[in-house]
Amino acid sequence: MDKLHLDQHISRKFNDELEDIRNRALHMGGLVEQQVTGGLQALLDGDSELGAEISKADHQVNKMEVEIDEACTHVLARRQPAASDLRLIVTVIKVITDLERIGDEAEKLGRFSVDLASSRELPVYRKELRHLGELVKSMLRDALDAFARMDVDSAMKTAAKDADINQEYETLSRLLVTHMMEDPRQVRNVFNITWCARALERIGDHSVNICEYVVYLVKGKDIRHTSFDEAKSKINN
Amino acid sequence: MVDETQAVLDSIEGTVGDITVVDPKMSMRNVDVFYSDKQAIYDVDLDVANNEVIAMIGPSGCGKSTFLRCMNRMNDTIPTCRVEGSISLDGEDIYAKDQDPVLLRARVGMVFQKPNPFAKSIFDNVAYGPRIHGLAANRAELDDIVVKSLKRAGLYEEVKSRLDAPGTSLSGGQQQRLCIARTIAVSPEVILMDEPCSALDPIATARIEELIDELRENYAIAIVTHSMQQAARVSQRTAYFHLGKLVEVGQTNDIFTNPAHELTENYITGRFG
Ligand SMILES: Nc1ncnc2c1ncn2[C@@H]1O[C@H](COP(=O)(O)OP(=O)(O)O)[C@@H](O)[C@H]1O
Ligand SMILES: [Mg+2]
Repeated sequence: MDKLHLDQHISRKFNDELEDIRNRALHMGGLVEQQVTGGLQALLDGDSELGAEISKADHQVNKMEVEIDEACTHVLARRQPAASDLRLIVTVIKVITDLERIGDEAEKLGRFSVDLASSRELPVYRKELRHLGELVKSMLRDALDAFARMDVDSAMKTAAKDADINQEYETLSRLLVTHMMEDPRQVRNVFNITWCARALERIGDHSVNICEYVVYLVKGKDIRHTSFDEAKSKINN
Repeated sequence: MVDETQAVLDSIEGTVGDITVVDPKMSMRNVDVFYSDKQAIYDVDLDVANNEVIAMIGPSGCGKSTFLRCMNRMNDTIPTCRVEGSISLDGEDIYAKDQDPVLLRARVGMVFQKPNPFAKSIFDNVAYGPRIHGLAANRAELDDIVVKSLKRAGLYEEVKSRLDAPGTSLSGGQQQRLCIARTIAVSPEVILMDEPCSALDPIATARIEELIDELRENYAIAIVTHSMQQAARVSQRTAYFHLGKLVEVGQTNDIFTNPAHELTENYITGRFG
């Protein structure tokens, strides 16, 4: 069952409800992606105005999570969905939880960028942050894409990219720790940069989760906490 | 038959999922059922296990009741009906010449859609089977069987002060539990239920479902239900029938979260077939 066939219920109203929930989750994904892009840009450009804006806009993400959650609860209560419909609802509930957390991380980026805008330390790490940020952004985009297209292959490939992100993050955080030890007076700024790097790395983790939910949605298999190879063999039988 | 229906029927090749169980209580193999020359069941294989509820679901007319009725030869009572294949209880062919259908129906009891108590007292309804099968040596033993059966059916507390009242004076849910007590009274090994809750309200239904779960401890239970939610609630395994074929069988948890066959998926999610 690789397609959801959301338009084939005998109840057209049910079709509409499920379609609406799916669209809203995709819409929320788009908003969160924007937030991450904006937060990262604010940080890299030292744009404290943009940073404040991003930070302020987080409530929209939160609001969407609550609304979609409620719509899912109503479908569970009123329709008792089964099979792929049930998996869709469960998946959406989980996806929006991770999206909301990603929103929180974007909010952090915005908030820290205000502090860091005029710091002397930020330019030192701009290149590394940009690199990490680009990896994370593309991973999030691919994860949301895999969700929209229900593409298991691309979900698996995307999830595997988290290893690169973790490596970049490790490298950067080692540099930052060394910096803090060598120049303890600048601990505050360097520490905030560490927080930003950490926020980016966490967005990667949440993107992995989204990829795993895509596999569950399409294949009905739970591949959380399994290795890539184990996951592959689970999916294929 | 319309071409389109025939095409769907032809597309169902065998059953998806494992039809066998370890240590089966009943085994159906290559079962075909005909009403005159119209085929209602096509080559169905299925095992039923002890201490398990198996739910049989599917669109109306797909043959659930027909298949269930084969399991205690209730179809013998329909002159046009012909059953082929093999059906065994504890490894013994129930259609063998030397099998007494009346005895068989005590071992494989049946509860019907509409509660059908006899026009007798509550006591006599339950005592009926044990009397004709000579299961009680004396009145004390009979009393004991009746009380135990009513208790198992979860009805005793409600009727203990009026066992002489007519069975028909009970509410619908109570009548159905009385019929279950009547079935239990002859110490069956398997209980077949054909939409036992379709005439009951949600509270009475919940009580029957609770009872089914308790009965599972001592019997093999097969239940036909048109309520998918009921199948999901009460059964450990689910069998999906379509146009007289067994399309899919599996663990209820799997069938309701991730069915393998598209026809099963369409049915349980309320999609057009
Ligand atoms: N006594 C009967 N005589 C002739 N045809 C019957 C009889 N009982 C059932 N059928 C036919 O057999 C098919 C299966 O019916 P049934 O077993 O009652 O389906 P279900 O219980 O799934 O609704 C239907 O096409 C029905 O019309
Ligand atoms: Mg029927």
